[in-house]
Amino acid sequence: MSQTPRLRLALRTPLGIAAAAASTIIVLTAIFGPMLLGDTADRIDTDAIGRHSGTEHLFGTDALGRDIAARVVVATRLTLELTLFATLIAVVGGLVLGVLPAVLGRRAGRLITATVNLLVAFPGLLFVLFLAVIFGVGTFSAAFAIGLGAAPSTARLVQNLTASIAGTDYVAAARILGVNRFRIIVRHILPNIAEPVALFVSTTAAGILVAFSGLSFLGLGVQPPDYDWGRLLNEQLDRVMVDPMSAVGPGAAIVLTGITFGLIGEVVAKANAGRTAPQPEIATAETSAMTPAEESASGLLHIDHLQVRFPGHTAVHDVCLTVDEGEAVGIVGESGSGKSLTALAAAGLVPHPGRVSSRTMRFGDRDLNKQAPKGTSMAMVFQDPMASLNPALTVGRQLAEVAEVHHNAGRAAAVSRAVSRLGAVGIINPELRVRKRPHEFSGGMRQRVMIAMGLMGEPRLIIADEPTTALDVTVQAQVLALLRDVRTESGAALLLISHDIAVVSQVCDRVVVMYAGRIVEELPVGDLADGVAHPYSAALIGAVPSMTTDRDTPLATIPGRPPEPGEQSVGCPFAPRCARATDRCRTEEPVLEQIRPGRRVACWDPITTATHELEEAR
Amino acid sequence: MKAVSTADPSAAEAASGPAGSTTSGSLELRNITVRYGRGRNASTAVDDVSLDVPAGSVVGLVGGSGSGKSTLGRAAVGLVSIDSGQVLVDGVDQGRKPGRRPIQLVFQDPFASLNPRLTIGGSVAEALPRADRATRATEVARYLDLVGIDPGVSTRLPHALSGGQRQRVALARALAARPAVLVADEVTSALDVSVQGAVLNLIRDLQRELGFAMLFISHNLAVVRYLADRIAVMDRGVLVECGPAAQVLENPEHDYTRALLSGVPTIGEPLPERAAVEPATEAETEATAR
Repeated sequence: MSQTPRLRLALRTPLGIAAAAASTIIVLTAIFGPMLLGDTADRIDTDAIGRHSGTEHLFGTDALGRDIAARVVVATRLTLELTLFATLIAVVGGLVLGVLPAVLGRRAGRLITATVNLLVAFPGLLFVLFLAVIFGVGTFSAAFAIGLGAAPSTARLVQNLTASIAGTDYVAAARILGVNRFRIIVRHILPNIAEPVALFVSTTAAGILVAFSGLSFLGLGVQPPDYDWGRLLNEQLDRVMVDPMSAVGPGAAIVLTGITFGLIGEVVAKANAGRTAPQPEIATAETSAMTPAEESASGLLHIDHLQVRFPGHTAVHDVCLTVDEGEAVGIVGESGSGKSLTALAAAGLVPHPGRVSSRTMRFGDRDLNKQAPKGTSMAMVFQDPMASLNPALTVGRQLAEVAEVHHNAGRAAAVSRAVSRLGAVGIINPELRVRKRPHEFSGGMRQRVMIAMGLMGEPRLIIADEPTTALDVTVQAQVLALLRDVRTESGAALLLISHDIAVVSQVCDRVVVMYAGRIVEELPVGDLADGVAHPYSAALIGAVPSMTTDRDTPLATIPGRPPEPGEQSVGCPFAPRCARATDRCRTEEPVLEQIRPGRRVACWDPITTATHELEEAR
Repeated sequence: MKAVSTADPSAAEAASGPAGSTTSGSLELRNITVRYGRGRNASTAVDDVSLDVPAGSVVGLVGGSGSGKSTLGRAAVGLVSIDSGQVLVDGVDQGRKPGRRPIQLVFQDPFASLNPRLTIGGSVAEALPRADRATRATEVARYLDLVGIDPGVSTRLPHALSGGQRQRVALARALAARPAVLVADEVTSALDVSVQGAVLNLIRDLQRELGFAMLFISHNLAVVRYLADRIAVMDRGVLVECGPAAQVLENPEHDYTRALLSGVPTIGEPLPERAAVEPATEAETEATAR
């Protein structure tokens, strides 16, 4: 979605409407106020000196009998002009100081950065007062002082944003192409920092408005006979005890305008953040052709017609999956295929807005729709072990905690079990290693620790979600072998999720292929060699070269791309990319059907059926 | 969206068009050393590595994470400053200064390597020499066509394209600079499995068609094997083995190469029996976490 429609969307919210209305009123007042009320505001009326607020004079009159309400309206223009002028100075100064380090050499850049850091550390108001004194008393010197005073903090923000954009690959690419520094800033950096800077500027403008009013109030800003809101406030301060309303007028003007600047900032931020309101949930009238739950209620983990819905889309559609006692099942799929969510649903860990529903979800003899899985009978291993281990605690403490919480083990007994489990996953010197923190382990070692943590109890099922994706090939083989050994020793079942069908085939007994939130094929690993039935599985295998791929033939390719989450499809979700697709595939969604014992496929025209018929014909 | 998606086999045909204007050159990396940090915290990412990529050939560079293979690729194009050594293209020293070189890099993550605020056409045009608007537009269209992208998308922003399509655009941008040498840094690892094959086919076809020399960096030995004439293996900043692809794969001389080879998973082939009980090799690679 590009910027303009998002801004339009943000303007349609109550906040956007309020901000637009308020800024329109202020701008109109600034333009027409002096024209219409200029004479009234300047008319000295000696008969009406110091009148109280009332119907004739809304906020009363001042010491020369001038109408304060009119003066507040007329002062809008000058106040706004000075605020915007000071903001402009802050933005220009901030952008120049912020971007210069990226343009200049390293040494000059560092000098500027250091100067900005120094100025930011200096108390802001003190800095402004200091500048105001140096520049002398006067309207424009005050504007300069405030603008320059706000420049360092803008510069700091611009510097940080610039540094993060300067580190991106596309700036690196431009540098390799020989694009000069100035062009890099104009074309690559400024457009990408514009939004956060605009947001920052709108809040800064509110601050500048208040600061300027403050200076005028102190007598350092606007000088008579000119007047802005701060000046008006200053003039009426003596009377605030006698007639509060006379000071409320200019005060309210300052506060409301400041809030408007803040509102504009909010709208800009909302437009950046994309969708403002959560999209209404799509009505789930999905009574798709469900196969009756043919499978008996056997198996360790039994999931029947699992659905995982997020606001706006369904991520997992009617997944039926059974894992038998001690069996290793692999789920293969691309990103967005729903493979991880299926596993997370089994563990009850689907992240927040997701809603899980299923006909049956049973683990052992527990109904997971009603109860959580028991204690340590289910173990999880995630892709990133650094994120799943607490960096502040020693590894031994984290492992021992499992035994202490779930098995009421004493501290010493828990630690000794931790040591033995670490030894079991192939960590050398476990007695010493238990006292280390996670960052002192390598990626493969951390993954071993995670597996050891799962082994602290007596797991009946280990769910491993992309456990080797972050690891090197050599370490990957070791972790996979460990998972296999753990399984043979403990008799636990394994549910292995991976994008790599080769990895799955090395460890598992059965492979489940998922696409667009559905199971498209399920087969024993042994059948992989004979050929798969679903065109997607075949393409998945053919698209990646193996160590035996013929170098002279092109790799198999799948045109197009996987469907985006929320993209509604009619018929088979793979049909748009499938060379074998027929009209039926495009209109009717295939059902996952058994084609042989232990093999299921959701395809109207599976590959192996054809070859089997050929074999039978022979 | 439909109009954007391209039929993959067309890429080969497109490549046989009039675009074959890239000159071929050779890349020589001589005794490159790259250090990060200073004083006690200094670490050597690349340690005295010398590597040749002869004109018109593909050299595959493999290694684990932290082996320094990507740093070497970035050093070759001048993104990383080298502490000692020389980068030569066709025998000409490229010096230490960054700036336009006859050598281009295609990055790993196509979502990060294209400016989200610059149109596809604008990104590709940056690589082209100064010319009037019409000439540039024709050239942009020609290079997009070369990588199998409908030139009609040149006015759109990158977010309208999928990962595979973006990687094609990144490739078009690199080729538009008419490099003598192309460095491809893990170009398929951020892509979905189903589009990896198409991108690999495209790179293979374009290399054969245009004849540029290529340093193909990947952690995936099978991918490197598919493309490379020669294979170089790096481990912890050191080049441990380099030779013709067949020789390195069939008769690996270094232990690390053997470990890499045995770790490549193959469909239907069970894990080697003794793999689990080798914590020693892993203890060595203490910095494997990405």
